[in-house]
Amino acid sequence: MSETVLMKGNEALAEAAILAGCRHYFGYPITPQTEVAAYMAKKMPKIGGTFLQAESEIAAINMVYGVAATGHPAMTSSSSPGISLKTEGISYLAGADLPALIINVQRGGPGLGGIQPSQSDYNLVTRGPGHGDFHVLVFAPASVQEMADLTGRALHLAWKYRMPAMLLADGTMGQMMEPVTLPEPCNAFGDDNPWAATGTEMKRPHNVVNSLYLSPDELEKFNFERFARYAKIEEDEPLWEEYMMDDAEICIVSCGITARVSRNAIVEARKQGIKVGMLRPITLWPFPKKALAAAADKVNAFLCVEMNMGQMKDDVELAIRCRKPVALCNRVGGMIPTPDEVLAHIKKIAEGGTEA
Amino acid sequence: MNHKRLTLFAGHYGSGKTNIALNYALWLKRQGLRVTVADLDIVNPYFRTKDGEQQLKEAGVRLISSDYANSNVDLPALPGEAYALVDDKSACGVIDVGGDDRGALALGRYVPAIRDEGDYEMLFVLNKARPLTRTVDDALEVFYEIEAACSLPFTAIVNNTNLGPLTKAEDVIAGEGFAEEVAKRVGLPVKMSCASEKLSAELQNKVSNFFPIQIMQLYYMEKEGTSLGKTNL
Repeated sequence: MSETVLMKGNEALAEAAILAGCRHYFGYPITPQTEVAAYMAKKMPKIGGTFLQAESEIAAINMVYGVAATGHPAMTSSSSPGISLKTEGISYLAGADLPALIINVQRGGPGLGGIQPSQSDYNLVTRGPGHGDFHVLVFAPASVQEMADLTGRALHLAWKYRMPAMLLADGTMGQMMEPVTLPEPCNAFGDDNPWAATGTEMKRPHNVVNSLYLSPDELEKFNFERFARYAKIEEDEPLWEEYMMDDAEICIVSCGITARVSRNAIVEARKQGIKVGMLRPITLWPFPKKALAAAADKVNAFLCVEMNMGQMKDDVELAIRCRKPVALCNRVGGMIPTPDEVLAHIKKIAEGGTEA
Repeated sequence: MNHKRLTLFAGHYGSGKTNIALNYALWLKRQGLRVTVADLDIVNPYFRTKDGEQQLKEAGVRLISSDYANSNVDLPALPGEAYALVDDKSACGVIDVGGDDRGALALGRYVPAIRDEGDYEMLFVLNKARPLTRTVDDALEVFYEIEAACSLPFTAIVNNTNLGPLTKAEDVIAGEGFAEEVAKRVGLPVKMSCASEKLSAELQNKVSNFFPIQIMQLYYMEKEGTSLGKTNL
């Protein structure tokens, strides 16, 4: 492990992408993720990489498509409104089975919304951000260290499964500074990718990177194959963290910055004798369904703490098949719930008010 | 420690300018002076002087900041009031300059007045634990970029080497050595070494001009001692 430094979340993910072997960044500025582009603009020219400020978010994601088609890792970053623009390109990447890293440092919406943090792109990105049947891997970091660690993981899994991966952070995660120990540099991508369009030298058939299929049965076949791959990912790749869950009667489900707020509330609730713990999803797709189902066997109620109108709550209810009540503590529009607000919800549930 | 009528804190973004500026203003106030703080950071709409508004108000320090700070409006607008800082010579002024050369650009319009008066300190805040200022050469690159952007030469270096909550006394001491190396290259002194007041006892006689900082705690961060859970990685 290398030395520990003090970094912003946005810088940490940028450096981690470089250390993981990514040498091509395309972006368009938007608060609160502009430091990613600023960092890449400083770093990439010094290491022989590409930093390119595209003319739009749509151009940037299609540049990522171009690099990915040649078998090299590429990334783009944006915040919520910019991610909406990129969805067409993300769908094309998924349709062409290309790996890519997309960073979303979320801000309040809908529309132009605001620049303060939010988690309201949950539904957009966990359902496959774009048209057609597909998924992207979604990682939700809750510390600057995880901003770095999960970026590397996202890039490698995108490569392993040949699909886009998204780091879903929020404005707070992108902007806050914490000590971080950066990973060792590695490059697991290689130059010889059998699917890449790199020129045949007349020695092999052409590789075609494409998402258009003229015959519907062929397109159907690729959709079924892709979802068979997704089923394996749902089996193998869910990540989560459990906090004080051993004897918990109430389970908080929260990711990103709200999970950290919740942790303070849990400590306070425990002091008051309330048995509450937390299951923090780290991958949002694949969602840790089995872990939640197992928790539902033990606890009396769930409490989702989110910075949206309860988007993840639906997934929790599905994962536990509505066996236990699921309550919601939420703030939106750029507001962050306080530990006291979370504590008030915990107390209400502990006193028997568990109606969802 | 001496002070001038105007004190400007500039440096790499994330080097700790805002926190030091707030603490320095409160320190000046404790010397019985009239103090005004101006937030000239028009680059970063998150984490800025306005976060300390309440604390400054209670201490009787005037804060001049953009009407749009901490709002949803991402407008790089300077506060009109900021000229009060250079015009009102009866009060001490502390200026929180935006990060890097881009942030320092906005200072340019006040520089002729600041130079004319000639009673100022322009401080380069330096944290060795920031990845883009870890070497003397990298730090100097930022140093010269800022000077070029705002046309105001630095007068001293401030050692603010820290790793947030993980900072140990030896980090601050090593940071002072690093700041001295940078200072030597540009022929300037190191004005002070900053660190959390919790390290006061350990650092009091270990660094020259120790300046204790009260760290602003953000409510959504874990309280000290809150452990992490088990992660299924």
